[in-house]
Amino acid sequence: MRASRGFTGRRRGGEPGRLPPGQYDVGSGWPVLTAELTPRLDLDSWSITVNGRVEKPMTWTWKEVQQLAPDRFSGDIHCVTTWSKLDTSFAGISVDTLLAEARPTPEATFAVATSSTGYTTNLPLADITGGKAWIVWEHEGRPLPVEHGGPVRMIVPHLYFWKSAKWIETITLLDHDEPGFWEVRGYHDRGDPWREQRYQGD
Amino acid sequence: MTEPAPTPGPWTFATVESVRPENAHVATLRLRVPDRRAHLPGQHYIVRLTAEDGYSASRSYSVASPPEDAGVVELTVDRLPAGEVSPYLTEDVVAGDEVEVRGPVGGYFVWRGESPLLLVAGGSGVAPVMAMLRSRRLSHPDVPVRLLFSVRAPEELIFATELGPETTVVYTRRTPPAATRPAGRITADDVAAVAFDDGPAYVCGSTGFVEAAATLLAQQGYDRSRIKLERYGSSGS
Ligand SMILES: Cc1cc2nc3c(=O)[nH]c(=O)nc-3n(C[C@H](O)[C@H](O)[C@H](O)COP(=O)(O)OP(=O)(O)OC[C@H]3O[C@@H](n4cnc5c(N)ncnc54)[C@H](O)[C@@H]3O)c2cc1C
Repeated sequence: MRASRGFTGRRRGGEPGRLPPGQYDVGSGWPVLTAELTPRLDLDSWSITVNGRVEKPMTWTWKEVQQLAPDRFSGDIHCVTTWSKLDTSFAGISVDTLLAEARPTPEATFAVATSSTGYTTNLPLADITGGKAWIVWEHEGRPLPVEHGGPVRMIVPHLYFWKSAKWIETITLLDHDEPGFWEVRGYHDRGDPWREQRYQGD
Repeated sequence: MTEPAPTPGPWTFATVESVRPENAHVATLRLRVPDRRAHLPGQHYIVRLTAEDGYSASRSYSVASPPEDAGVVELTVDRLPAGEVSPYLTEDVVAGDEVEVRGPVGGYFVWRGESPLLLVAGGSGVAPVMAMLRSRRLSHPDVPVRLLFSVRAPEELIFATELGPETTVVYTRRTPPAATRPAGRITADDVAAVAFDDGPAYVCGSTGFVEAAATLLAQQGYDRSRIKLERYGSSGS
């Protein structure tokens, strides 16, 4: 290690071990880093589809999604640009609930999440099952703001946040990994913040 | 994909050749990067600062220099009040220091010679579009280009001496004495005056500026696929 002359650091965050390596606590802020123009989704025409390697491709409208078993996430989120937001919460449904109805086939090993903007991101199926991923429309008790993916986005909080597709519309299960928008542009296929999997090859 | 995923180089120590003030709170660091991987205009580097006890902080900074400028990378940094990294880079770093960097990063907000070229920047968001403007001047002089540059006041300009007839400056708070346009945020008319019928638009700056400018571009007939955005990610709560 080589220290930067005179640098002490101002954002040393809380309890040791709470922040993944290279991350800092952004406090109450929540930066927006979308590469595309923010879309305005109309919930009356919005729906979410699970397709690909499933026994029963399924589509749910906004009304139908509201009727599924509610679920929530409370905890930390981590962005590859090095901010982390601690103790935040989201409400919606678990991705498990959707998959239970669509029923992944045995070959299904990966997923691609697609937004209404065409944004895509790839995920191992194991990273979105077993209570690790949600479709959410509330943040800290309020409707999810549009710049943060509202009215409805996916969250996969244990991975870097570019994996949490905003304005989610489709989850496609595949028998192979298919790099998404950022992944073809040099970012990591899995994106585990605790292993600092930021870029391809990390 | 037609090209392999670009991967940034490993962490390395770059030597600071010079620190050049651009205005009262913006400075350009000229870094000599060992085994530099050529960047595409628009890409950024990550700078990592490390304290004596091992604590480290990293932030992203766009490359403002063109790839044609061999061996060096220029980062243009705006000092944010009470920021962790930008005050250090703009006030504490001096020529001869070594700064840890990794890059180039980012493969979306990049210009590969597409024509005509519309650039829209707010404040220090001018850094990556400057790499495009400079690279165009050196390698693609036939590409028509326009830059719409929003700054608060005349003394806030960055790269002032390099801006030519391709540039329209919008002053949001205070104009120079001779200006005909009153001070104010970027409007539909400002955008209409620079829009091209085809080609991409690159928009960079604070999150709010980028969203406002991109919305105006969309209203001006730029469809989503022509608009590329780089948000510096100011943290709205
Ligand atoms: C792809 C990309 C390219 C970029 N390129 C450039 C560039 O070319 N030039 C440039 O100048 N910037 C650029 N940025 C922004 C840059 O990465 C940094 O975000 C910026 O320099 C601020 O970092 P900082 O450490 O100084 O401030 P930070 O410590 O990150 O703080 C940012 C601001 O928020 C406030 N703040 C943060 N945390 C707290 C808290 N807990 N409580 C209260 N206030 C808080 C600070 O006071 C400060 O004003 C880029 C960003 C991205 C994502």
